Amino acid sequence: MNIVVCVKQVPDSAAQLTVDGGQISWGEAPLVINPWDEYAVEAALQKAGDLGGNVTVISMGKADETEALKHALAMGCNEAVLVSDPALAGSDNVAAARVLAAAIAKVEDVGLVFFGKQAIDSDTGTLPAQVARVLGWPALTLVSAIDELSAEGIKVERAIEEGRQVVTSSLPAVVSVIKDYGEPRYPSFMGIRKAARATIPVWALGELGIAAPAPVVAWPEIMAPPQREIATEIITGGSPAEITATLADKIMAEKVL
Amino acid sequence: MNFGLTEEHRMVQRMVRDFAQKEVAPVIQEYDRKQEMAPFILPRMGELGILGICIPEKYSGQGMDYISLGLACEELEAVDTTLRVVMSVHTGLCSMTLWQWGTEEQKEKILVPLARGEKIGAGAFTEPGAGSDFSNIQATAKRDGDDYILNGEKMWISLASKADYALVTVRTSGNTAKPSGGLTAFIVDLTTPGVTRGDIHGKLGVRAGSTGWINFQDARVPAENRIGEEGEGFKITMSAFDNGRYTVAAGATGLIRAAMEASVDYANERKAFGKPIAQHQLIQSKIAHMALNYEAAQLLYLKAGWMKNRGQRNTKETSAAKWFATEKSFEAANEAIQIHGAYGFSDEYNVERYLRNARGAVIYEGSNEIQQLIQASYALGERKDKPLRMEMPAYKEAN
Repeated sequence: MNIVVCVKQVPDSAAQLTVDGGQISWGEAPLVINPWDEYAVEAALQKAGDLGGNVTVISMGKADETEALKHALAMGCNEAVLVSDPALAGSDNVAAARVLAAAIAKVEDVGLVFFGKQAIDSDTGTLPAQVARVLGWPALTLVSAIDELSAEGIKVERAIEEGRQVVTSSLPAVVSVIKDYGEPRYPSFMGIRKAARATIPVWALGELGIAAPAPVVAWPEIMAPPQREIATEIITGGSPAEITATLADKIMAEKVL
Repeated sequence: MNFGLTEEHRMVQRMVRDFAQKEVAPVIQEYDRKQEMAPFILPRMGELGILGICIPEKYSGQGMDYISLGLACEELEAVDTTLRVVMSVHTGLCSMTLWQWGTEEQKEKILVPLARGEKIGAGAFTEPGAGSDFSNIQATAKRDGDDYILNGEKMWISLASKADYALVTVRTSGNTAKPSGGLTAFIVDLTTPGVTRGDIHGKLGVRAGSTGWINFQDARVPAENRIGEEGEGFKITMSAFDNGRYTVAAGATGLIRAAMEASVDYANERKAFGKPIAQHQLIQSKIAHMALNYEAAQLLYLKAGWMKNRGQRNTKETSAAKWFATEKSFEAANEAIQIHGAYGFSDEYNVERYLRNARGAVIYEGSNEIQQLIQASYALGERKDKPLRMEMPAYKEAN
């Protein structure tokens, strides 16, 4: 069985976001693989052996957005596909989920689809569950460890607010992976050479056999929050008890609590 | 003329940067204070293929080009000079010399484990009494049957106590027309009986590294470990410097960048006279010099790397890149401290470490005085490079 891992190309985490005339801009920031997705690629590469198949990395983006895919190839993925179509510009997550599901359906014999926890630009974290829903497959999100994996099924640990949860599922399934999974490998130099030379096929809506999904979310207005002047006051005092008492008084006076 | 970096080069930059920033940057200050080399550095750089980055795949290297070597060195030294020193001696001086001058047997036996990072290499040329005046080194090798007996001391050798092998140049003949004609190079297994080594402490900089001495007392080295012919030692050593010096140039460029980035960050935060100091012109001037020198240093080493890729002799260009980048990295670090004010004087910030590290590069791998003499000799028409018996081949991408 094969594995698919979905990655997104995002601005570097050091980028500064500005809003100009209703348009979001990340400036000149380099575009990189979404950091969370590196963990997903790592999980996919580690588990490929258990299912005996290949790892295909898929990304949905603009026609020239191949850095994330190349990084994943350099880490060791076998194949890469860019899903790109001008009609998909400004897609919301529901549309993206339908498109990715169609792309995944085109890959043969998929047992697992890996996602990172969330994308650092949109920060929604809903796509893995949405893709699973469209595919009709179980969604195992916030996975911190994969305890067992074979064609028969998967057993994972999820990190949820209440603690750890162990879940088993049949395959195929969708998994989103968190940092606890383990540090992603660096691309190897040979992987870098292969990835740099690779030509990545592009699947447009025609290849996927679907029309552009209608968006469900609209953004009537985008603006930056107002700048706040922040004043810092260091509370001093003769002892921790005295300092805490002064701080507590101030907090009550400011009606913060 | 394409001044751009290829996608491959940009991925190499990113990979090495990620390694250095994630794994070394958080702990480097601690090791610098302790004057110790972090034990994970050599194994990790070996594991990741960085040590063998430009050695051909045929010899278990990573098969990347010489520009990739330079870019890697720039990223490594942007975190700490000691990481780049490893490349200078293991890859530049030792591995690449074996690749250029070694026999097939020597490459199979020694270059392969060096490229894999299973063994560590160093370069042992300098002596207590001879650095710039290299042709007057005193360590000797006397032929005895199938071996040579080595005697003498090498000093200021990076990785002396950590390396498994060293490229060592010694005097085999005192009877030559010029002293430089009596030198011979060997690749020496440092576990050979008669070889002792130790660490040098109390260095101003490169403190998270390993610098030491190697003493040879009747150390028996097989003749099959001789590199090239007797009397070729001077040429081979100078050839080794074309590679070591290149990594120093690239690394120093990374140091300029690190000093500049630290200065920009600090200048944007620190306020004086009602505004961030980045808005004061005297601070801007310092940063402008760093930015300009970074661009120029990078162009110089990239050109040398490009020439190496083409198999072109690049002694002049590499020497120029080394001289410029190291001088400017010292200036940049110095100004970075000034921009940081009193905080620059404390080891809580990185800039004082940059200065102490930069001070070394102006001295080693051919002092900047020697580099000036080299440039003058080319400019005055006194020096013309004659073809070497063994030239560094052009870069050939593996299939």
